[in-house]
Parts: sequence; C-alpha cells; structure tokens
Amino acid sequence: MPKKTIREVIHDTVQSEMRRDPTVILMGEDVAGGAGCSGEDDAFGGAFGFYKGLVGEFGRGRIIDTPISEAAYIGAAAGAAMTGLRPIADLQFFDFLGVCFDQIYNQMAKFRYMFGGKSDTPLVILSLVGAGLRCGAQHSQSLHPQVTAVPGLKVVMPENAYDTKGLLLTAIRDDDPVIFLLHKLQFENACEVPDEEYLIPFGEASFVREGTDVTVVAFSAMVAKAVAVADRLREEGISVEVIDPRTTSPLDEEAILESVEMTGRLVVVDEAWERCSVAADISSIVARKAFGALQAPIMTVTAPHTPAPFSPVLEDLYIPGEDDIESAIREVIAYRR
Amino acid sequence: MTRRKATSGVKLDREQLLRAYRTMRTIRAFETRMGQEFEKGTVPGFTHLYSAQEAIATAVCMNLTDSDYIGSTHRGHGHSIAKGCDVKGMAAELMGKATGICKGKGGSMHVADLSKGMLGANGIVGGSAPLCVGAGLSAKTRNTGGVAVSFIGDGGSNEGAVFESMNLAVVLKLPVLFMYENNGYGEATGFSYAVGSGDISGRAGAFGMPAEKVDGTDFFAVYEAVQRAVERGRAGDGPSAIEAMTTRFGGHFVGDPQLYRAKGEVEKQRREMDCIPVFVDRVLKDKSVTRKALQDIDAQVESLIEEAVEEALAAPYPGPEELFTDVYKTY
Repeated sequence: MPKKTIREVIHDTVQSEMRRDPTVILMGEDVAGGAGCSGEDDAFGGAFGFYKGLVGEFGRGRIIDTPISEAAYIGAAAGAAMTGLRPIADLQFFDFLGVCFDQIYNQMAKFRYMFGGKSDTPLVILSLVGAGLRCGAQHSQSLHPQVTAVPGLKVVMPENAYDTKGLLLTAIRDDDPVIFLLHKLQFENACEVPDEEYLIPFGEASFVREGTDVTVVAFSAMVAKAVAVADRLREEGISVEVIDPRTTSPLDEEAILESVEMTGRLVVVDEAWERCSVAADISSIVARKAFGALQAPIMTVTAPHTPAPFSPVLEDLYIPGEDDIESAIREVIAYRR
Repeated sequence: MTRRKATSGVKLDREQLLRAYRTMRTIRAFETRMGQEFEKGTVPGFTHLYSAQEAIATAVCMNLTDSDYIGSTHRGHGHSIAKGCDVKGMAAELMGKATGICKGKGGSMHVADLSKGMLGANGIVGGSAPLCVGAGLSAKTRNTGGVAVSFIGDGGSNEGAVFESMNLAVVLKLPVLFMYENNGYGEATGFSYAVGSGDISGRAGAFGMPAEKVDGTDFFAVYEAVQRAVERGRAGDGPSAIEAMTTRFGGHFVGDPQLYRAKGEVEKQRREMDCIPVFVDRVLKDKSVTRKALQDIDAQVESLIEEAVEEALAAPYPGPEELFTDVYKTY
C-alpha cells in the first residue's frame, strides 16, 4: 500500500472530489497564488502547498484566490453553499476565526434551524491549529473548543493521513458546515493510505491503543504523544487505552464512557486551553455519566491559561508534552481514596 | 408641502403596474397589521417594519426571477413579500406558529424561502452582503445567468463585512447588486452622523463598480436603476451599487418612541414621501390604470391580510420535539 503524507492526502482528495462533482470549488487566500503578479502562476498552491497544481487542472473559476478578506470569503462560501455549490474554504490559520466568526456561528451554523430545515449548507472550512512553529500568539492557537460549542457546526480533527482521507471525503459530501482542522506540525506525517475511496463517519472514535488500566482521550497532535507514552508504560506493565475521537462535534461519548467503565480512570489530553474546553467538556460528561466507575479524579493535560509564547524555550513549555501526559497517567494510577 | 413626483421615464405595461401596486400595498398592509398585532401581544420578540420603503423592494424584485437571489436585513418583511414569499406563512412565522414559513423557528428577523431565492432576513446588520457575494459566485459558477441582490441599510453600510464584500465582488466580477436603502437612520443614530463621507453610493463606487443614487420614493426611478444593474450582472459585467434615498414611517422597532426624531417629522414625510401615493399619482395621471383597478387590489389585499392573520392566530405552535429538529441533517 502506498504511503502518503497528510499534505498529499489533502491534495489528492480535493482533486478527486473536484473531478467527481462539478459543484465542488476551492476558495481562499493564495490557494493558487500569483494572481496579479508578474512571476509564476500557482506560486503558493495554498499557504502550505496543499493545492499545488490544482489551478492548472480546474482553472481559476473553481480554484478561487480571494483577497485577504476572511469575513467576505467565508461568508461568501456560506452563501454559495446555500445556493448549489459545495465550497471548500481554506482558512490558512484558524486564529483568523476572529475576523470571520460571525459568518460561521451566526450565519452558516444556523441556516438549517432558522429556516425550518429547508436549507443545506454543504461547506468545509479547512484550517490549521496548534503551536510549535514558533509563530507567536496569533498563529498558534487551538480554537476548536470555540466552534465545538456551537450547535449546527461539525468539527473534525484528524491525526493521521489515513483518517484525513476518510474524514475529508465525508466532510465534502456532508450537507452541514464542517470545520476541518489539521495540526500544523503534522501535515508531513505519512502513513499507508489506500488508493480506493473510503468514508469515515463523524462521531466514531478510533481506539489507537487498547488497554485496561487507564483511558487517555487525546486529539490531533496529542494522539501521537499519548501513544508514545502508552507504549513506554506498557513495558512497565501499565496498560493504557488511547482513544482519538477524531471529531469533537459530534463526539463519540459512548466510546469514551465504555472505556472508562472498564478502566475507571481518565486523562484527557488536548492542546487547547482548559477553561470551557473540549477537555473540560469530556471530563464533565464522564463525571456525570460514569461517576460510579471512577476510581480516581479525572486529569486533564492542556496548554496553560496563557497566550502562546514566541520564544522557543517558552513555547516548548506551553505545549503539552509526553512528560506531562506520563505524569498525569502515573498520578491517576497511583491515586488511592 | 407637496408630494414628491415620479419623474423616471421608464415604461411598464398595465399588468406590471398592477403587480407593482399589489406588492407595495401588500407590504404596507402586512406591516401595518403586524404592528397592530405586535402591540396586542400576538407577535413576540422584535419586529422591524418596512413601511415607507415598499417601492424599493418591489422595484428590485420585479427585475428578478426565482433563480435570482436576495439577501435581506432586520427590516425584511417587504423584501420577502416582494420576492414571492407566502404572506400567510410569513404571518404565521412572525407569530412563532408551526405553519410559519420557517416552522416558527426563525421569526421576523429570519424569514427565508430558498425556493424563491430569498436567502433570509438577517439579524446581523450587513449580514447579507457576504452571503449574496456567495450566491452571485454560485450563479456565475453554475452559469445560471442569475444575479444576487444584497439589501443593506444605511446602518449596515458601515459594516466591515460589507466593505470586504464589495471588494470581493469587484475582484471576482460577480453578478451582485449592493442595494442600499438609506432611510436616514441606523437604529437611533442619523445617517449624516454615522456615514463619515455622507455618501454611500460614492463610497461604493470607489470600490470600482458603477454606483448611483436614486429617489427611493419613486418606484420608477428605482426600477430603472435596478434594471441597468441587473442587466450588467447578467451580461457578466460584474457588480453594481444603488443607494435609494428613503425614510421610515415607524421606529427602529415596533414600540420605539422615536425620541430622536423631530416633532412632526414623520407626519411631514407621510405627506411628501409616501411611495404608494407617489406611484398612484403617476399611474393615474398617465391613465395607465384605472382607479377602480387599484381599488379592487386594495380590497383583495385587505382580505388576504385579514385571512393570513386569522389563520396564523388559529394555527398551532410547534410541538416540543421541534426544539431538537433541523440542527443538523445528520449527527
């Protein structure tokens, strides 16, 4: 089976969907690049090169470079989605949510409900989250809790290239607005990806490691760290179950609850801040619905309540690390009433 | 103090004139009655009436078909009626009834009917501009020949998303009309204070599209300007902007005591700037239609509105299960 990176999977999946369905378009800042310039056309192919070459195949009518104008083009993607297109809107950094949030939570998220069920909004916003590129407080945030909290939105956070393909196909064909978030440290990660088409449903967690002593729920770039810790602890005889929910909305509550019913211990690992977060949300769900099974307090491992710092020394402290995950696991294992 | 006169030379046939009159009268009667119902307590929430601006929605939508789109404002009942939304469904919607055009889940600020190309009133000021840019992009990409009209008030004209939308529409050369209705007030603040340049159409023109100012009380003047803009859009020549100068006979919302308006201002405007008598003066003077034909329409409109309100009052509220439906298609 061929190995592909997340970057290649994004390119190939957008390409195959655009070939299959003429209503799929791609829009955003520099999704081709070079418009109005005297040098190369398709100079960027997306800020991180995901879409390189697509403008040559589909033309500028379907690979649409927009001005740096997120409110307008994210809103336009919503308007296009309610009138017969299936736009993929590339929002380079999810930090830019701030300048287009109205279009997302007041407009697209609510059309179906406000209009009595008579409106589809088949739209994917593809964006990058996470720290680690030393790009400071406004290009490093993990803002998925902000959109997970909004009814009407679906939020996808794939961890590897295989899941990215199956989830992106589902996202593009979905009739509701989908926020598709990749971690910016991960898109060079490769794994085996079948050439044939497969769809991964939303709301189905992946059991990345099976274990019986403690449940670790991790998202996005945190999954690989949790797995590394789980594999290390297994050598000591500590059996860690690692669950990647893959989508924060819908959330596979059942998988998490079933696992905690068995292990009695939960650690939630997420790079977002903890206050009002997905980590806090999952902790609350488990505390309410699996209270009887819990043998230790629930632990969360998240970024601290600070903006993302620039200095590499500080940023490394900011990002939850394997050591933090390991300490949390050891703490819940060691806990005695 | 004399009433304004319709001066545009545009020629419409008898059927079109009667249709225009029927639409304007339906909007006025609907709004007047909904204001009364609101005061009686049968219409919950916030309601923003379109009375005084009927000529604009009517003239715009008479240039459109069901495959064209409009996006609307807080003050959206008139746009909805002019675009062909069912009046009975709208009355029920404003009352939050299950028979409403949006099952009672949208309300006054979210009336929509996508099958008519009506993309929704909007609770966010300036909210329709990006959506209509998208609808224009959709029409262009699917090659339908359709256009999208974004209605924006003078209040909405100052929103950043509106500025961005005008630029994006120009850059992508989209079939979009930015239809500004300058009624002189954004909530309780005057246009002359809030629009720094004092010239909405001039500002729109600076984005690189044809823009003109028209008398919004003159149906014919608006019709003519919109016809030019829509033709330009259909021909692939890109967006346009129109600023229609008008007023509003009510407050920002029903119940607004309008302390910000001078004593006698509304009465004077009703005498001088009411688009319906301006229209009637013109068509009777032209002998294009008879007074009798207009009176027949008046009677039909009154009974339609009466029927719509009676049916809406009698209709059931949504069942409790409706709280949970229509959030997602699948979840």
